[in-house]
Amino acid sequence: MSILINRNSRVMTQGITGKTGQFHTRMCRDYANGKECFVAGVNPRKPGEDFEGIPIYATVKEAKQQTGANVSVIYVPPPFAAAAIDEAVEAELDLVICITEGIPVRDMIRTRYNMQGKKTRLIGPNCPGIITPDELKIGIMPGYIHKKGRIGVVSRSGTLTYEAVAQLMALGLGQSTCIGIGGDPVNGLKHLDVLQLFNDDDETDAVLMVGEIGGSDEEDCARWVKDHMRKPVAGFIAGVTAPPGKRMGHAGAIISGGKGTAQEKLDVMESCGIKVTRNPAEMGKLLKSVL
Amino acid sequence: MKIHEYQAKEILRQYGVATPQGIACFSVDEAVNAAKQLGGDVWAVKAQIYAGGRGKGGGVKVARSLDELRRRAGEILGMRLVTHQTGAEGQIVHRLFIEQGVRIEKEFYAGMVVDRRQQRVCLMASSEGGMEIEKVAAETPEKIHKVFIDPIAGLSQQQAQEIAQKMGIPAQSLPGAASLLQGLYRAFDETDASLLEINPLALTAEKQVIALDAKMNFDDNALFRHSEIVALRDLDEEDPVEIEAAKYELSYIPLDGNIGCLVNGAGLAMATMDIIKLYGGNPANFLDVGGGATTEKVTEAFKLMLRNPKLQAILVNIFGGIMKCDVIAEGVVAAAREVQLTVPLVVRLEGTNVDLGKKILADSGLPIISATDMADAAQKAVNAAKSKPSSCGCQS
Repeated sequence: MSILINRNSRVMTQGITGKTGQFHTRMCRDYANGKECFVAGVNPRKPGEDFEGIPIYATVKEAKQQTGANVSVIYVPPPFAAAAIDEAVEAELDLVICITEGIPVRDMIRTRYNMQGKKTRLIGPNCPGIITPDELKIGIMPGYIHKKGRIGVVSRSGTLTYEAVAQLMALGLGQSTCIGIGGDPVNGLKHLDVLQLFNDDDETDAVLMVGEIGGSDEEDCARWVKDHMRKPVAGFIAGVTAPPGKRMGHAGAIISGGKGTAQEKLDVMESCGIKVTRNPAEMGKLLKSVL
Repeated sequence: MKIHEYQAKEILRQYGVATPQGIACFSVDEAVNAAKQLGGDVWAVKAQIYAGGRGKGGGVKVARSLDELRRRAGEILGMRLVTHQTGAEGQIVHRLFIEQGVRIEKEFYAGMVVDRRQQRVCLMASSEGGMEIEKVAAETPEKIHKVFIDPIAGLSQQQAQEIAQKMGIPAQSLPGAASLLQGLYRAFDETDASLLEINPLALTAEKQVIALDAKMNFDDNALFRHSEIVALRDLDEEDPVEIEAAKYELSYIPLDGNIGCLVNGAGLAMATMDIIKLYGGNPANFLDVGGGATTEKVTEAFKLMLRNPKLQAILVNIFGGIMKCDVIAEGVVAAAREVQLTVPLVVRLEGTNVDLGKKILADSGLPIISATDMADAAQKAVNAAKSKPSSCGCQS
């Protein structure tokens, strides 16, 4: 089954006329079933136009009505990105993937508040997106490094996720779905939400969970795993060597008030039955060992 | 972004938050004039640096005469103030804040941060003022009271009054305390703050509740809509290397070690630091060149790392996705030539066009040490840093 997206998803791009939106819509369209899946674009100033054959609508609502799209991917610039998420939520899409990096936290707090009680799920912002290998890629990850298989991957980062995938591939392990949930402090799906989905997915046998310093998502997830997860989980946390009080690239990667250290996360994960490694070169090997 | 106490207080006063009267100064004479202007016979002389813990470090003194004030101002201005937040090297004091003395009956704490789990702004308040809040949280967590603020409705009068009561503010001062807390939240919200801390919040002998100290940080991602905040930036307080890095949109944080790392992506950059440490080395920096690294960016990144006199090796770790390995390889080669690299350079490339990238490195004629994977790269960088730098210099 995979989780969240598959060949039957219908996707619109919000911000399809920008350079980034165009480039990645093209890359995603050219991957596996992308041609059938990418059905619409949104730009309020260019309705009626098209991007290489993909029709552009003025609003998310209209794009949904006209094409049946149920998923959106957002490349809108940071000052307007939260409003773009709001629009997709208002149009009751199933899933929104926000790639945009640099959205003010205040905007995301309001967006998350507006999402309460709504059906839409959010991945990101500040994330590489989601891929169900050999079916559909929605985001900026290189598609070709993946292969269909039975390992779920969830991570807060981009290239570190690719690294994890490459290590799995070197051991012949394909993936059911890979999700980058993003590096921002206020975001949509958390590790915990994604693991719940993997737990219920018939096509996922085990999960590789990659985290980093900052916040307590990984700990919350680990506690849930202890009581509910029926599948093995292996994990790595980046930032054992990160100094406190410094933002390590990602807006959310910061140890503040002594909280959110990698060591603390690793300890909790281990105590909850998650196999962890402190060596980022051994994520794949570790996952294989728990199968 | 951070600002000084006096600047934070200026912002807070616009939101109706009471503070002592004060004047910011850049010289001892200015300080004395400020005290005269403020009047009274007791003043606080406060070092203005971004780091906390100024009092304990000797950066805050009370003066009971103009002579004493002149002496204190002279001592503090220009001193290298060391606090638990500055690190051992401390921070030179360039600015002073002279404040009118206040008779204090009791000290409290009020702070605001974004709570990631609740995805709301959290107001934290405590009867324990003047202490490190982390310490209070660890030792007497029951003394910290929290409210998660509804982003649409804001902090209500009733919520504010309830938490003020829990802090132990006497009944007659509750309305004043509540309106101060509401002002703090409006200031936090409207300026896109990421942290606001009033420690201490003071109850004066006249039963007024005032912000005796003030600390505000702001969300860097929101600065585009706050030119008034950006204008307050004090570059003396920031690490020049980090300022330089920001110009080229490089995320760079200096560390204590001797192995420089140049990586694409924040997570992979942290993991690279971690694996260096795991293999017995010490990372000299965090450096994320981001998704669109050009030759210029990579060259600047090399220059930043090479400013560090302790540097003994550089590890480049790139997972090419959208960013192609051949492009980054060309950037690395050009950069290594331009900066006349004198330390060993270990490069690990993976991902899009990796073979082409490796060929460019091999054909460059530069003594670049190629690595097959992260573990190999870390091992080679650690070994290279251990050997004498002079024996493996690669002047080209």
